[in-house]
Amino acid sequence: MKRRKMDLAEAPKTFAKGVDDRFQAATPLRGLLNKVFPDHWSFLLGEIALFSFIVLLLSGVFLTLFFDPSMKEVPYDGSYLALRGTMMSAAYESSLNLSFEVRGGLFMRQMHHWAALLFMASIIVHMARVFFTGAFRKPREINWVIGVLLFLLGFFAGFTGYSLPDDGLSGTGLRIASAIMLTLPVIGTWLSAAIFGGEFPGELIIGRFYIAHVLLIPGILLALIAAHLGIVFKQKHTQWPGPLRTNENVVGERMFPRYAMKQGGFFMAVFGVIALMAGMFQINPIWLFGPYRAAEVSSASQPDFYVMFMDGLVRLMPNWQIYIPFGDGYSIPPMFWPAVVGLGALFTLPMAYPWLEARKLKDKRSHHLLERPRDNPERVGIGMMSLTFFVVATLSGANDVIADKFHISLNAMTWAGRIGLLILPPLAYYISVRICLGLQQHDRQVLAHGVETGIIKRLPNGQFVEVHQPLGPVDDHGHPIPLEYAGWVVPKKMNRLGALAPAIKGFFYPVEKPAEIPVSPAVGGPVKREEIKSGR
Amino acid sequence: MTAHNGATGEAVDVNDPHLTRFDIVKEGLRRDDIEIITYESQFHGPNSKAEKRVVRNISFLFLLSGLFTLAFLVFYIVWPWEFELGHTMSDYYTPLLGVSLGLGLLALGFAILAWAKKLLPHELSIQQRHGEPSSDDERLITGQTMMFVGDELGVQRRPLLKGAIALGAAPLGLAVGAPLVGGLIQNPHKDKHPIMYTTGFHPSKLGEEAEKAGKKVRLTREDGSPIRPDDVSAGGQMTVYPGIPHGATNHYADSPTLLIHLRADDAAETRANAEADKNGRNKGSMYGNYVAYSKICTHAGCPASLYEQQTNRLLCPCHQSQFLITDNAQPVFGPATRRLPMLPLTVDEEGYFVAAEDYRDVVGPDFWERP
Repeated sequence: MKRRKMDLAEAPKTFAKGVDDRFQAATPLRGLLNKVFPDHWSFLLGEIALFSFIVLLLSGVFLTLFFDPSMKEVPYDGSYLALRGTMMSAAYESSLNLSFEVRGGLFMRQMHHWAALLFMASIIVHMARVFFTGAFRKPREINWVIGVLLFLLGFFAGFTGYSLPDDGLSGTGLRIASAIMLTLPVIGTWLSAAIFGGEFPGELIIGRFYIAHVLLIPGILLALIAAHLGIVFKQKHTQWPGPLRTNENVVGERMFPRYAMKQGGFFMAVFGVIALMAGMFQINPIWLFGPYRAAEVSSASQPDFYVMFMDGLVRLMPNWQIYIPFGDGYSIPPMFWPAVVGLGALFTLPMAYPWLEARKLKDKRSHHLLERPRDNPERVGIGMMSLTFFVVATLSGANDVIADKFHISLNAMTWAGRIGLLILPPLAYYISVRICLGLQQHDRQVLAHGVETGIIKRLPNGQFVEVHQPLGPVDDHGHPIPLEYAGWVVPKKMNRLGALAPAIKGFFYPVEKPAEIPVSPAVGGPVKREEIKSGR
Repeated sequence: MTAHNGATGEAVDVNDPHLTRFDIVKEGLRRDDIEIITYESQFHGPNSKAEKRVVRNISFLFLLSGLFTLAFLVFYIVWPWEFELGHTMSDYYTPLLGVSLGLGLLALGFAILAWAKKLLPHELSIQQRHGEPSSDDERLITGQTMMFVGDELGVQRRPLLKGAIALGAAPLGLAVGAPLVGGLIQNPHKDKHPIMYTTGFHPSKLGEEAEKAGKKVRLTREDGSPIRPDDVSAGGQMTVYPGIPHGATNHYADSPTLLIHLRADDAAETRANAEADKNGRNKGSMYGNYVAYSKICTHAGCPASLYEQQTNRLLCPCHQSQFLITDNAQPVFGPATRRLPMLPLTVDEEGYFVAAEDYRDVVGPDFWERP
């Protein structure tokens, strides 16, 4: 007390010294602070999934405090009068109580559900970004595979999750899941009996789905997300081509402070949007569906959107049953093909794609520069083909609602889906490949001849020509020297070259006066027009 | 420090007291193979008017965030939240929570984003990737080290050990999996009346004595009350359950049945088709103008409960399979391949509907070993 004086100003230094003595943290920490990240809006799509997952974990923990995963039949005695006295499972009762008797419980439930939808939606968009820009190429194939697995796990997390409340809608989903298990050749009935503990629905399934939903699946998800991010960190992020950017460097900004702040701010914004949706948009009003009864279902029984493609495929599948005249006779129901084989193929084919493409292109190099979609038309075609297939299947999952709302025959919708599923994907392939080739051609055209100015000039002989602004140097005759395509945006409009007003800061009115830039006659003061010097 | 590829500039002595903090940071960047190309303020000079305005806006966003979040807390605590029927203040509880928290978080998010994007200096840095694989020597050394581990264990040289390990470890592996398999797997065909082929209308569900006495299972409403033919008007239909304990619960999820009172002409057609049934299972199953079909769709097990009186079709709302009532409930559209089973109907001595016997076709979604 007398001699050992604590110098508060020295405390951080002492602490840091102590940490480094024990963990040798200084050098790796500096590397972390200095790590450079490339920036582009499309790199943030995956972040939305990550942030939604964090919201899912937080809101999910809250829900577990009140949910009772039991199928014991109890009479309802809560404040929602319409269901009072109804016999229902304890799971459904506790879900109702979460919505009605827990302060803020409904808000948390809706936040959990909206976050789940956002999680899956952002995974899909993020995957599309990675696919179309070729970010899955060597050395990132494994991370692509992990990404596909994350979607698959999210699919099962979502399915087990919306089965838990044991309301009329989720029971119907369980029934279909049991029927899908039954379609498996040889082991079908055994598998269903094992999972449901006997005949559907039994008394165990909610408890089993609960442990899968709150422990097993999120545990694997968490591990895979950690691996996903760790690999991104280790391999460093891809970047778009552009000035200074090569396959060997990363051009961007240091992680701290600017990049990390942007991430934090974006997290808050995503969280805020989820909270807004959770408060304002009702989702899954389970009290309207009533408890699950095997004899009851309503029309417009749709699963969550990311499961709808499978439901759609099941609806579109023609009733082709395979009979095997052997012994007592065996059969493979038609649902086996879309729900088991289809789902399997839809997940394994994308996983294999990076190697298939590399094999086809005989490409063994590592790629850290992204490819503009137009520069690989075939990949874009394949991607658009898959997306079209997914969209047609998803829409078909709601074909009864579409038929009802637009007064179309239901059978016509089914046939439209069947034909559309076969015709539209190849069409999408063809159209997108043509668009890519057209865009490529236009890029080369601008590089060779310059930007169209929109100025028509009449030559002495009466001929009209459009004046082109060359992007680079010109030769002795004033013709532009063709430029090499750099894999990056080619300016195609005069205002990209600074022919119009320079960008002014400020949202409604300028924050600062624009710098004195002589290129623009359009800002302020009387307009003075000048002829644009051309190459011709 | 050794020189790096692509690193620029010379190493400086970081202990030099003349260095600014930024100089030391730049030395660190150099050591991490990073070069700052541009690092410039977004404003002209210190304390410019524009900078002050941006700072004001960001501070306003932070304050706004605090205000909304505070509002969230107030709503959460004060606003009446307990659900009551009808339009009450509590209807606005969840929306108020969402709007206040959402706007609070959005304001916070935009404050941080604006700080990062508008206030911090513009920066462009280049870091070398160093993505090249390990050198051949390194690979060779690591490979040989791993092989040497094998040598040290000497399993290759000691075949006895190899066999012993295999035989010793296999039971352990099986022991790990056994409880999972043994606990979960159940034989779906084990009962005397296997679950896959039996519904609640099987007389055995009444108990052994009643079954021996030739008693039959009644058709009942959800509340368990039996049904007389007069209870269903012509053209009407009713969902019925087996008249056994818990017959109307999910314990008998395959049992819900649709009892239809057909109009005379439809009934005649239905009867003709049922009598002409190829495998004869539907023969004599109707009672007067009444027919009963399983409500459980043969496709995925949803209740095929949408009854279209005009066309005499039953439609399943899950995948739109359609079944023609007058023709043994054969599927006429959609993914279902198999007709809905028909329940053999009759009435008991008291005049109530009973199932003459259990369904003769297998009820519910199709599976591999269905006979």
